[in-house]
Amino acid sequence: MSLSNEQVNEIAHLARLRVDEADLPEYASNLSAILSFVDAMNAADTTGVEPLAHPLEMPQRLREDAVTEENQRERFQAVAPQVEAGLYLVPRVIE
Amino acid sequence: MSDTSKTVAELAAGLAAGTFSSEEITRAYLERIQGAGADLNAFITVTGDRALEAARAADDRRRSGDAGPLTGVPLAHKDIFCTRDVRTSCGSRMLDNFTAPYDAHVVERCQQAGMVCLGKTNMDEFAMGSSNETSYYGPVKNPWDTDAVPGGSSGGSAAAVAARLAPAATGTDTGGSIRQPAALCGITGLKPTYGRVSRYGMIAFASSLDQGGPMARTAEDCALLLEAMAGFDERDSTSVDRAVPRYSQELTGSLQGLRVGLPKEYFGDGLDPEVARVIDAAIGEYRELGVEFREISLANTELAVPAYYVIAPAECSSNLSRFDGVRFGYRCESPRDLEDLYKRSRGEGFGAEVKRRIMVGTYALSAGYFDAYYRKAQQMRRLIKNDFMAAFEDVDLILGPTSPTPAFNIGERADDPVKMYLSDLYTIAVNLAGLPGISLPAGFAGGRPVGLQLIGNYFDEGRLLNAAHRYQQVTDWHTRAPGAFA
Amino acid sequence: MEWEVVIGLEIHAQLATRSKIFSGASTSYGAEPNTQACAVDLGLPGVLPVLNKGAVAMAVKLGLATGCTIAPRSEFARKNYFYPDLPKGYQISQYDLPVVHDGAVTIELDDGSTKRIGVTRAHLEEDAGKSLHEGFEGVTGIDLNRAGTPLLEIVSEPDIRSSAEAVAYMKKIHTLVRYLGICDGNMQEGSFRCDANVSVRPAGQAEFGTRTEIKNVNSFRFVQQALDHEVERQIDVIESGGKVVQETRLFDAVKGETRSMRTKEEANDYRYFPDPDLLPLEIDEALVEEVRSELPELPDAKKQRFMDDYALPAYDASVLTASRELADYFEATAEAAGGEGKLAANWVMGELSGALNKAGLDITESPVSPAMLGGMLRRVSDQTISGKIAKQVFEAMWNGEGDADTVIDKHGLKQVTDTGAIEAMIDEVIAANPEQVAQYQAGKDKLLGFFVGQVMKASKGKANPEQVNELLRKKLAE
Repeated sequence: MSLSNEQVNEIAHLARLRVDEADLPEYASNLSAILSFVDAMNAADTTGVEPLAHPLEMPQRLREDAVTEENQRERFQAVAPQVEAGLYLVPRVIE
Repeated sequence: MSDTSKTVAELAAGLAAGTFSSEEITRAYLERIQGAGADLNAFITVTGDRALEAARAADDRRRSGDAGPLTGVPLAHKDIFCTRDVRTSCGSRMLDNFTAPYDAHVVERCQQAGMVCLGKTNMDEFAMGSSNETSYYGPVKNPWDTDAVPGGSSGGSAAAVAARLAPAATGTDTGGSIRQPAALCGITGLKPTYGRVSRYGMIAFASSLDQGGPMARTAEDCALLLEAMAGFDERDSTSVDRAVPRYSQELTGSLQGLRVGLPKEYFGDGLDPEVARVIDAAIGEYRELGVEFREISLANTELAVPAYYVIAPAECSSNLSRFDGVRFGYRCESPRDLEDLYKRSRGEGFGAEVKRRIMVGTYALSAGYFDAYYRKAQQMRRLIKNDFMAAFEDVDLILGPTSPTPAFNIGERADDPVKMYLSDLYTIAVNLAGLPGISLPAGFAGGRPVGLQLIGNYFDEGRLLNAAHRYQQVTDWHTRAPGAFA
Repeated sequence: MEWEVVIGLEIHAQLATRSKIFSGASTSYGAEPNTQACAVDLGLPGVLPVLNKGAVAMAVKLGLATGCTIAPRSEFARKNYFYPDLPKGYQISQYDLPVVHDGAVTIELDDGSTKRIGVTRAHLEEDAGKSLHEGFEGVTGIDLNRAGTPLLEIVSEPDIRSSAEAVAYMKKIHTLVRYLGICDGNMQEGSFRCDANVSVRPAGQAEFGTRTEIKNVNSFRFVQQALDHEVERQIDVIESGGKVVQETRLFDAVKGETRSMRTKEEANDYRYFPDPDLLPLEIDEALVEEVRSELPELPDAKKQRFMDDYALPAYDASVLTASRELADYFEATAEAAGGEGKLAANWVMGELSGALNKAGLDITESPVSPAMLGGMLRRVSDQTISGKIAKQVFEAMWNGEGDADTVIDKHGLKQVTDTGAIEAMIDEVIAANPEQVAQYQAGKDKLLGFFVGQVMKASKGKANPEQVNELLRKKLAE
């Protein structure tokens, strides 16, 4: 599997990562190498094999419906890059 | 013998006997971290004042008769564990300015036991790496040879313990990140069964693979630490509600008749002959202890690495989406618009390996590729688990090398991700299956430590620790200290 | 050409749990920004989701009420995309395996006919936060209080063939979720909203036309308007030789039309995969039975029972079962009225509803309790007061003058049934109107009404009208 610079750009966009033009060829070659490496999986016959998403095959535990959290806005927003009037601020979103 | 040469068990005994105070030993470790150990770059943050305060509190607790076995024993936390009011960077520029508003469950448990946190150890960025070279804070040096890497991702923890900068440290293991650096630094490191230790407050790399565990000099120390760290936590829905055995009390079992499997795939072409020799010698020791060896096959071992390098990046690509420059962490200067904010904050905040893995994962999950990559990898995962389950029908434990080679030089593999990935050839399958595994020092190759890996069945940490401890009763590899740090 | 409209609705109902779907933060509405967003809701590093059992039980409730299969095993997946109101960069939702699936509801149309609309599935997911644009220059403010509120997305089959059917279906689900107590149904606050998929095809054609999706419509009227506009637009496009583009559209309530959302340069690629933080959700028979035992009587069953037990016409039964509160009010009133179902229905649907509407009050806020209204109706049926006087009594009760008996006493509204007294009044009226008496006796029967009116007037409305009638006929015949 070999990725073009353009494909790397598309993936980087989907992942919201800025990649400098100059770095694209290196990413393309590294990612292509990794994908070729993982293509080795194709050697295994997995017909009819049920995928395993979690190592522990047990059901999900549920919690009771109760409010257990208190307001910690000051604490949480102390680490925020930009807040005003209790809101997190981002560059204007146009809908 | 200086205080910093003691194991956790020895420190616990000394504290209990009043031979020294927690404050004294804490001070000794802090001095060593800033003195002889400083060049190793093992720590990202040293919390000296807090440590001394905690040490004094531990000494008070002991005076008031309220102490547990580990009260007053210092340790270091890998910087992936959230520590309230202390920077938690995960080895990344992204979190260089992040002070966690809460403690990880593991951190809480250690605190409750009265342990004293010395600081936060260096690591591969977001735990993605096998050499500690991807850290934003620079590489960690191997105390045995400062040209060499300490392994990764818990390289700072391993180096700190090996260099006696801390008697113990926490680590996390997603594909070998406790066991491989433990092997490369000549210490003992345990990766528990998935679900044994809560992941709450442990910054996620790959959620279905990540597991925290102890790193120390001996199996006995790891047993003591696991007792403190393990246990049910309702904040992690993958945490298993199951009693925690007194591991440290269960180290006395005989190994007579213990059936141990040697997977032929772990002794194949990729294995360094020097490492193979060390492992053979260890097998000899175990035979003397009454262990019965039999050859087994874990047929899909080689394909575990490719499967892992789909699953882990897929999960990480999603787990790391929350680092977007909005609510915490790094934000780029003067973003033009929202997209610019996302792309530059993430582009500048993450290092190259993290970006590579996010992109691989993004690709593997994207429309049209999901079945060929992600689904295929999960099917491989089932086959790999089945291999282990079949093996454990016939054997009690599995033994092999932890890493195919001893520590390599800094820079040697940094430019070749795939070559780097193969460092985890023998450790990765254990994570895919969620099994417990331990690495213990078994000798040297070219002057660099070699680790022996034992793999157990689910929740069989007791048996693993017992087998490791028995070996350490008859060998002294675990007592060796790097020359510069003896 | 004749066109057939094909509609499928995706209804998002916010579940009325106390805490969020994956965290212990409160779900109450209207708090100060970000004061109800805990570390999990904010997607801070290292924290993990733990599923709320209450949300699961509510999903099962809806499943049982719509005849769905309750999945013994379902799965949570991550839907990955970047948006500032989505803190983790993914929404936890259900994708391949929803919690309940394959049910149906029956809707009733204006002409009295009924139609079955399939429910494809209902799945659990988390709501996003809110973006606030007002009051800021060049920036947007993000409030994550709503982030993590449990949503049940109820997806219909494309069985709906008109905007009227769509509204009937939406109302049906709206009634159902409120009956079940799983959603407050408040559309203004966004607790109940819907996306509509709509396409048109030439009548008789088997395959579907290209559909558009209208996002986030939050009133019944808007659904009707949006669909009518969109159907018309699609037909225009096709009839003028164009093609409908598959896209997402927004409804502009001011203009009453839909418009295309700016299409992004790339198609969305949500990269769904099973959430590795959450193991499969298993629902055992015990939980299903527990939920089943808590199910209230559902609207359809209640309607039938009202028709059977109170001899109500279908229309009355429908109106009175539109909400659980109204139905409860009616039943309590009928009981207090001594089982006079039709009388109670007339009053609840008539006088009471009118007064509530006028005052802008909900049935639960009525100043006249069912006991008071029923008590008054008893006085109507035992002839203590006439129906006409009852309206006066009702008004006094509404104004807080006490129960019916108090009002009747206080204002001396008791009906006059004393034959002697009525006869005396009749005699007076006859004496005062000799001309009309002569005309009546000459055969102008219609004048009876005039005499009744005069007598009632003389009694200030309190004479029993039937008695007045009877006695008048007798006297005038003399």
